[in-house]
Amino acid sequence: MTDVSLEQTSHEAGMGDYFALLKPRVMSLVVFTALVGLVVAPVPVHPFIAFVAILCIAVGAGASGALNMWWDADIDRIMRRTAKRPIPSGKVQPGEALGLGLTLSAFSVILLALATNFLAAGLLAFTIFFYAVIYSMWLKRSTPQNIVIGGAAGAFPPMIGWAVATGGVSLESILMFALIFMWTPPHFWALAIFVKSDYGNAGVPMLTETHGRRVTRNHIMGYMIALMPVAIGIAFTSIGGPIYLATAVVLNLWFLKACVRVWRRDETQAEADNFAAEKAAFKVSLYYLFLHFSALLAEAALRPWGLGGW
Amino acid sequence: MSIKVEHELHQRRKGRNMGLLGLLLAFVALVFLLTVVKVQELGDASKFQGYDHVVQPALVPLEGEAGAVATE
Repeated sequence: MTDVSLEQTSHEAGMGDYFALLKPRVMSLVVFTALVGLVVAPVPVHPFIAFVAILCIAVGAGASGALNMWWDADIDRIMRRTAKRPIPSGKVQPGEALGLGLTLSAFSVILLALATNFLAAGLLAFTIFFYAVIYSMWLKRSTPQNIVIGGAAGAFPPMIGWAVATGGVSLESILMFALIFMWTPPHFWALAIFVKSDYGNAGVPMLTETHGRRVTRNHIMGYMIALMPVAIGIAFTSIGGPIYLATAVVLNLWFLKACVRVWRRDETQAEADNFAAEKAAFKVSLYYLFLHFSALLAEAALRPWGLGGW
Repeated sequence: MSIKVEHELHQRRKGRNMGLLGLLLAFVALVFLLTVVKVQELGDASKFQGYDHVVQPALVPLEGEAGAVATE
């Protein structure tokens, strides 16, 4: 009898399993970009209110991660990369993930509304809805453009940060949104080319599998070209400046070079050096986003000494 | 004869309960500090009474056209 009860209860989740539902690694990008959006805004925010706001945005992002894992448990079970997630591995029940996701969504949105303003809270609510419903439930399994449109969910945090400080939306916050939005496709597809994925088995239409790697390479190039004016354009707004402009020019040339290399290759060349160019482009894409936002942060930090901005 | 079984499960439950305790305490601290900051940001702390849904005679100006407010 003891054995039976052990068998039934040994899957009970620990605190860490619930934390894993919140996708902590995705959260780190969200926290950083939201923080930059908040700090570069022209209106100062009390440090503790800023802390609470960032916490709410992080918890909201985590909640949408939990809802995503609840909905995608069936395909996560099939794919090797995701089979160890809390639900497919049996550590957390699907209902628990749904409950946690919904509770934390409501909690983060309401607390953000009380601590800051309704626009920021509304944007956070929309982001959670967009990621959980529009991306996870609808686009992910129906179109190879899923990550393009779904990328909007990852692009909202700096806009929410800006709204926390200013209570509004402006050209600057739209451009920060556009920077992440246009960056997502080349970043993700560079990864999709070199990672041997099993999305096909799970019935998820990824561009590499529906249209092939050649088309994916063309798409990377196309989005890279569209990304450049957005990234450089930010330099000429109120949050930009010479530091940002110099950083953006260097980063865009670097990323462009990496993307051109990926674009000009065929599969034989790529397999010959084990996708070295694709791996390099993916690595550059990580620096690209991080350093653009760091440069914006530097402009804002140097402004009080008359060094930041134009 | 008392039955004492220390199973790994009990430790995990304890970890979860302590984690929840920590989160609840952090939440209490968060709401408290948020309140302090919000009240301080009002500048004049007596304005805080304005959020009450009861008429506060102390907040009604003594002279002038304040009568209209006081009779509401």
